[in-house]
Amino acid sequence: MNAIRVVRPGFQTSVQDLGRFGHAHQGVSASGAADALALRAANLLVGNAENAAALEMTLVGGAFEFESEAVVALTGSDFAAGLPLWTAVELKAGGVVRCGASQSGARCYLAVRGGIDAPKVLGSASTHLLTGVGGRALRAGDVLPIGEAAVRRPKRGSVAPPQFSRDVLRVTAGPQAEWFGDELYQGCYTVQEESNRMGLRLRGPAIPSPAGMMLTEGVSLGAIQVPPDGQPILLFVEHQTTGGYPKPAAVISADLTRVGQLRPRDTVRFELVTLDQALAWLQEQERWLYSLI
Amino acid sequence: MVRSAVTVTIRPASDSSLLVSFGDAISLDAHRQVLRLMHSFAEPPLGIRNLHPAFASVLVDFDPRRRTHEDVESLVRERFAGTSEISRPERRVVEIPVCYGGEFGPDLADVARHTRLSPERVIELHASAEYLVYFLGFSPGFPYLGGMPPELATPRLSAPRKRVPAGSVAIGGAQTGVYPMESPGGWRLIGRTARTLFDPAADPPALLEMGNHVRFVPVKELPR
Repeated sequence: MNAIRVVRPGFQTSVQDLGRFGHAHQGVSASGAADALALRAANLLVGNAENAAALEMTLVGGAFEFESEAVVALTGSDFAAGLPLWTAVELKAGGVVRCGASQSGARCYLAVRGGIDAPKVLGSASTHLLTGVGGRALRAGDVLPIGEAAVRRPKRGSVAPPQFSRDVLRVTAGPQAEWFGDELYQGCYTVQEESNRMGLRLRGPAIPSPAGMMLTEGVSLGAIQVPPDGQPILLFVEHQTTGGYPKPAAVISADLTRVGQLRPRDTVRFELVTLDQALAWLQEQERWLYSLI
Repeated sequence: MVRSAVTVTIRPASDSSLLVSFGDAISLDAHRQVLRLMHSFAEPPLGIRNLHPAFASVLVDFDPRRRTHEDVESLVRERFAGTSEISRPERRVVEIPVCYGGEFGPDLADVARHTRLSPERVIELHASAEYLVYFLGFSPGFPYLGGMPPELATPRLSAPRKRVPAGSVAIGGAQTGVYPMESPGGWRLIGRTARTLFDPAADPPALLEMGNHVRFVPVKELPR
């Protein structure tokens, strides 16, 4: 069988694709890759459809044995695998990709030509770690069959990864923006240890939060909510579908890739931009991505 | 016949979502408008990724590579206007058997103390009401229920439990609900049900749907 065997799972490795859509009204958030841009790039490099399932590693990577010849690509942060990043690499049968601790950001993606043939739950192979919808984090001994998601030839040579600093996150105004002053844009905020795929807890100068009555309402990926203690929480891929805290801003789609690479103790500042600017940066990012085909 | 116009406000919530609001109060009228909008998107058009209904609003999440805010806003207004209010939705009452108190309801005594009622009276009141499922949200299959007798209101725990078992029936402030899966939680646990509220392998995965009604039926023990 053409499969990947998990020799060592690493700190928290899961199967992810681009997410599970269409079930928010049942309380199910999309989940999917924390750095979707890196996952899509890894898939395009090995010649897969961009939504193919791949492995997402967090902070400390694992070791994965390939039973047959395979073409793989590592993207995202440098997890010291001894293989070139952002490059399609051929492995021999029995080859092992051994990753270590991150040398840069929070996440590294390992895509294989053909994709991982994980069972789809509600239309997606992505793992929602907190609820168990779509499975669980990988364990040593797990065997992952390789699928048939290859749609074109692998990309030759390496590509220059997108360059950006992680210390500025650009945001657009949130639904309760007028309840807030500009405090969110004044200070530096540090990512706390208790952050995860559901949300990033930030700590910095307290933001006066209008503790007024607000009805629970739907929340978006990247929304920044401010509870009464004034310390913002950035809602991420496994976010709750609804919430009752006011939201001064939301991270723009083009910067979600940066959020997926933030580690505990990293610091960020927020910069307010317009919807038109947000769209222009997203289009620029998409042009870079499709240059990989 | 003159009908009062529905006030709909639509504003961006992020660069890939719009928040559609029908006022800022929990009311049956707002609930009906939310249902109406959800029905109008029963067949979601390309590029609309998710709809997040709540008490008086719907967050429409879209793919910004395929859709713009202007485009989605006119789509919402068009579909909403083209869908009539569901005058008499099919009434579905879901019975949820609950084993109250004991090991399944460790906070029943606290609720009784706080409300100055006997534990028996708390159970009787809780099981006497018919609850409306305003929407499912927060976590998979979690119902936001309206209709709890106000005298049962009890503040949440000061420190949430790390682990609340699946099926726990609880009171948090003026609300009551059922935890579909094991999770942390700060509501007061008064009982437990063996009914599965969320099963990703089932179709539909959630037992309840917005607009349904719920009755809690006291049972002596839970089926194994």
